[in-house]
Amino acid sequence: MKICCLVKEVPDAAVQKRIDPNTMRLDRSGEKNLNPFDTHALEAAMQIRESGVVQVDEIVAVTMGPESAVRALHKAVALGADRSVHLTDPALEGSDVNATGYALAKVLESEQPDLVLLGQQSDDGECYTIGAVVADHLQVPSLTQVIKIDVAEGKLTCERQAEYGYDTVEVELPAVISVGDAINEPRYPSLKAIMGAKKKPLDTKSAADVGIDTSEVGIEGSKTRVLAINPPPAKEPGEVFEDEDTDETVNKIVAWLEERKLV
Amino acid sequence: MAGILVYALHDDAGNFNKNSLGALSEAAKLAEQIGGEAAAVVVGDVSDDAAAGLGAYGAKRVFRAKSAPEGLAQPIVDVMAKVIKDEGFSYALFGGGLLGFEIGAGLTARLNAGVTMEVTAVKVQDGKLVAERPVLQDSAVVDVGYVSDPGIIIGRLNAWVPEERGGTAEVVDIDVELSPWSTKARMVKRGEQRGGDINIEDADILVGGGRGLGDAESFKIAEDLAEALGGAVAATRAVVDAGWYPYAAQIGQTGKTVAPKLYLALGISGAIQHKVGMQNSENIVAINKDPNAPIFEFCDLGVVGDLHKIAPKLTEAIKAKKG
Repeated sequence: MKICCLVKEVPDAAVQKRIDPNTMRLDRSGEKNLNPFDTHALEAAMQIRESGVVQVDEIVAVTMGPESAVRALHKAVALGADRSVHLTDPALEGSDVNATGYALAKVLESEQPDLVLLGQQSDDGECYTIGAVVADHLQVPSLTQVIKIDVAEGKLTCERQAEYGYDTVEVELPAVISVGDAINEPRYPSLKAIMGAKKKPLDTKSAADVGIDTSEVGIEGSKTRVLAINPPPAKEPGEVFEDEDTDETVNKIVAWLEERKLV
Repeated sequence: MAGILVYALHDDAGNFNKNSLGALSEAAKLAEQIGGEAAAVVVGDVSDDAAAGLGAYGAKRVFRAKSAPEGLAQPIVDVMAKVIKDEGFSYALFGGGLLGFEIGAGLTARLNAGVTMEVTAVKVQDGKLVAERPVLQDSAVVDVGYVSDPGIIIGRLNAWVPEERGGTAEVVDIDVELSPWSTKARMVKRGEQRGGDINIEDADILVGGGRGLGDAESFKIAEDLAEALGGAVAATRAVVDAGWYPYAAQIGQTGKTVAPKLYLALGISGAIQHKVGMQNSENIVAINKDPNAPIFEFCDLGVVGDLHKIAPKLTEAIKAKKG
């Protein structure tokens, strides 16, 4: 079995994020990190390999992004991937969800995995959708927001929460599965794995290398346009304070609740 | 015709989802403004009366695909793609929830269409729909337009409220051949309830517990505080998925929506998926040790500190106050 993990470089959680009013796109300057949800996808791949139920021949980390995204691939390899693929091309810049899903599907076609795993959402906002877009392009079954995977020969049994409670779904392979953070507790990479990550094979591919029609990607190829950026509806900011003396803190909360007749 | 097609999700008992009905009501309003028709798609075992009843929420026609199963996205992508192509709908609109994200995303790929998700409002500009989407933890709202037909709009939970306007819809039965890959996922069990039955929707006061509680045992802290306040305990998806608390107590995207007089959040970061289920609470108090937690952006009173120290003392103080 070959597993591809889709990973993404995102601005670090501590970075104050903003939208560049000139490009109408997220300002991606500043410290970056591997999207935390993707570490759960990598851990899921490792656990399938370690379960021994099926033989996992290869775990490949795949990303699309600018030059700097190599660092996300290094982190993915440190967490267990055997090698990585970096799809990078100026023509891809500014791709929306539809265009990104198409481009990722093309790079995955060149890898022919049995299973594609990814995090259900990214810290910079593209939530829940990309897995299902990729799956339909690849014409394979897909499930998102999965919190448990049991693997067997040729199929998976997955669990996830949907509108009415927990659903259990059987999915034939090949398939695309996005996972939630409840699926596992990702391990920390060993120092040796971090040091060795840069030595693992990394293929850099252009749009043309994987047969992407560049008229379907980038800002021009995207089917959505950001027309304006507006401030959110105004809301009176709440009072936030730090707990220094707990007795005093408790008195303050009680007084606040009493004032509003909540106690 | 510039029609808007809405997917109406239903449970195993045949009840339509409130967010689907809200999306249909919104579609009906928008369709009037752009000079088109609002219609709905249902799959599986939906009675004539139930399907026609969607007319009360604004559907002129209801396309029913009896042979397609309910509950998994890809067969419904097949159905909606066919209806959109055959009938020339310009937009597909989904109410908040998990399946809307999956079906909308699948349609995007199938029809090479633009998609916007987490949408909180839709407006009409020059006869076209423009979706308003909050981004970056709701610190900005972007207006998104579409450069081709159709446009896919996936709403945020509770973005639209169902409004009955009366009337019945014409029910159109359709046959759809499912794609080979759409039949490769199979529902084994749907809508399983895990943990005990808890009623949180009728409580005036809720104490919400999140991952910051640390473990299942620490829910006792939340329960004690709720008891002192005369309220009930609610939970985030993270702790429910971890098995710390019953699913029936879960608030947010795939859980309940509440608006109590007081929501007191213990160790809850306030991620969007939780926020959408409780942001209409009259008063929100948050205790969290992470000063960067998003909940401090929308609470009324926030304490940066260790809930394990503060909450038990708060419980004692409230008990003492009540005598």
